[in-house]
Amino acid sequence: MQKGLCVKEKENEFRRLKEFIESKKETQGIMMQTLQEAQNIFGYLPIEVQKFIADETGIPLAEVYGVVTFYTQFSVTPKGKHKIGVCLGTACYVKGAQLILDKLSKELGINVGATTEDNLFTLEATRCLGCCGLAPVMMIDDEVYGKLETKQIPEIIAKYRG
Amino acid sequence: MDNVKVTINGIEVNVPKDYTVLMAAREAGVDIPTLCFLKEINEIAACRVCVVEADVKGVPMRNLPASCVLQVQDGMNVKTNTQRVRNAVKMNVELILANHNRECLTCVRNTSCELQKLCNELGIEGIEFQGAKRESKIDNLAPSIVRDSSKCILCGRCVSACRDVQGIGILDFTNRGFNTEVAPAFDYSMKDVPCIYCGQCIQACPVGALYEKRNIDDVWAAIEDPEKFVVVQTAPAVRASLGEEFGLPVGTAVTGKMVSALKRLGFDKVFDTNFSADLTIMEEGTEFINRVLNGGKLPMITSCSPGWIRYCEFNYPDFLENLSTCKSPQQMFGAIVKSYYAEKQGIDPKNIVSVSIMPCTSKKSELSREEMEVDSLRDVDISLTTRELGDMIKQARINFNKLPDGEPDSILGDYTGAGVIFGTTGGVMEAALRTVADVLTGTDIQKIEYDAVRGLDGVKEATLVLPIEGKDTEVKIAVAHGMINASKILDAVRSGEKNYHFIEVMGCPGGCVHGGGQSHVSAKERLDVDPKISRAKALYSEDEAQTLRKSHHNPEVKKLYEDYLKEPNGHLSHKLLHTHYHEKSSYPVENQQDYDDMINNLK
Repeated sequence: MQKGLCVKEKENEFRRLKEFIESKKETQGIMMQTLQEAQNIFGYLPIEVQKFIADETGIPLAEVYGVVTFYTQFSVTPKGKHKIGVCLGTACYVKGAQLILDKLSKELGINVGATTEDNLFTLEATRCLGCCGLAPVMMIDDEVYGKLETKQIPEIIAKYRG
Repeated sequence: MDNVKVTINGIEVNVPKDYTVLMAAREAGVDIPTLCFLKEINEIAACRVCVVEADVKGVPMRNLPASCVLQVQDGMNVKTNTQRVRNAVKMNVELILANHNRECLTCVRNTSCELQKLCNELGIEGIEFQGAKRESKIDNLAPSIVRDSSKCILCGRCVSACRDVQGIGILDFTNRGFNTEVAPAFDYSMKDVPCIYCGQCIQACPVGALYEKRNIDDVWAAIEDPEKFVVVQTAPAVRASLGEEFGLPVGTAVTGKMVSALKRLGFDKVFDTNFSADLTIMEEGTEFINRVLNGGKLPMITSCSPGWIRYCEFNYPDFLENLSTCKSPQQMFGAIVKSYYAEKQGIDPKNIVSVSIMPCTSKKSELSREEMEVDSLRDVDISLTTRELGDMIKQARINFNKLPDGEPDSILGDYTGAGVIFGTTGGVMEAALRTVADVLTGTDIQKIEYDAVRGLDGVKEATLVLPIEGKDTEVKIAVAHGMINASKILDAVRSGEKNYHFIEVMGCPGGCVHGGGQSHVSAKERLDVDPKISRAKALYSEDEAQTLRKSHHNPEVKKLYEDYLKEPNGHLSHKLLHTHYHEKSSYPVENQQDYDDMINNLK
């Protein structure tokens, strides 16, 4: 397991999460909203955060953890500042998305699913992003890059390295 | 309730309209196979083994609906035995088998496995699907419960038992798709989670994915060792279930055969935990009277159930002072064996191996608690479940059903009816009241049955009038079984909504008769029989059959006080028979202190 969250420095974040949960106390089915809010606040959902949610909502920790590990949108490990998602949907795949992914992996020096040591990038393979006309496609944060060729990759990455 | 007319395999039945097709089929004498279904606990249509073909007034239903959740409708026509259904059921089971560790011959559930039985009934002859299998992970680090992920079929019965019946939620579905696994949060070992080791998950498991940590070989080794003097005690509830291991109906009392079997297994002395149940009443009853008279902490809460103790330590630490300081009967027995008994018989207590047979998986964890020793001698050394004792008897090739009745050995074998009923919810309270009422009134009260504390209501309450310091005083009592009910009572006490003098809590629903160590009763059998009721009946009948039915009348317990302990709650009792419990933190994190500080700052 990864190193524990530095709880001391995150008191304000926990306060925000507590306020969120309290504002939803009367509503049913608050688990997803709470987890999304927590992921927004902390960037990921380490045990300290999940335990906090379990204690505040009365939902067993195993159930919280079960939901977190079910949805790919949630993560129990820290994410990089920029999230790169390469579409491996059918259209992108036949248009060579795997090559794009391999190139990114080489360029960043990490495997798919991992985060660079400087915490700048997380590389992920995604399902269809819904813009097959632009295949092969990747997204960095909210930006879509279409009709990609492997040679463009270093340049795009450099932009984010600033 | 309005009834509706349903036809099942051509047989017409009239059933209440809230029935499922599965229940209606039973009325029609039609047996539909099930696997994930566990009556009133897990009805989630996950395994698709109970699918049927159905139409309503001639309009066919889409696909094959699962009968365990399909509500009946008027004019519904159900077929359970068509080629289409048979093929679907068979394939669904084959798909489950494709990702199941099929080492049936050496599995702990061999012959009691519901999946194995189903394969036999369905005539499955080979598994067409060969493919990847879930990685096998065996967690045997906890003292009570072993989890084997390679056997799990993801039916969710344990998840429901833990989360919904007990209100705890240690196990849940984690990850997704092929990687789905039933496990504790963050894949913690069962030893590191706030599990109370009640074993209700084991009772719910249809296969060998969850079972007790086995200690049979430790007992054989002790019996074989000529240096060792091996004594055994048997808890009240064991006698109401052990027979099931040998095909007897659920809830057959087999006290005499059990004693004979233990003697044949080679134990040097066969005693009875009922004896120390009576002893517990002497100590706990006296403690209660003292707390009432001297302004001690009330309500006093019983402390016999180690599952409940763990639950309290994790979830209600503010009630730890309310717990009776009495050790459980198992531990009291052990402490007396290695002190009083050893002294009387001139045996070096270091050579005594103290074994217990329990309906419980949590007892294995209780005996290993730090507090449970006196002068560096462990009170109890090994605890076996009812199932393990059954297995030992089978290994010794003893023909259990033909055994004559035996009698437990003196000087720790006598017991009263009060000791017997310890094994069922309300029993400890009733036993305590029989003694407390006599002591307070100074008479031998003839009405000794307290019906208000019997039965399966989750929370039972009663008010009695007893003379306290010469004044008739209302004494309020409550009984809870299963942790979800205990938490209801404790929340009500915490908020000031309820006030009691004395509360009995047992960790398992129904009390020890339905403990995690009792014989397995399949989901199918449970449709007709409630083991909680049948086994409790066996105990109440044994209570009625006793001439002595009050703990303070137990001649061997009286002798123990005369010769050794002198008086209940006395100096020696405190040393041997009493203890204290401590707050435990659930799911400790790396920076626990920082985390606790943060929680406090946010309050």
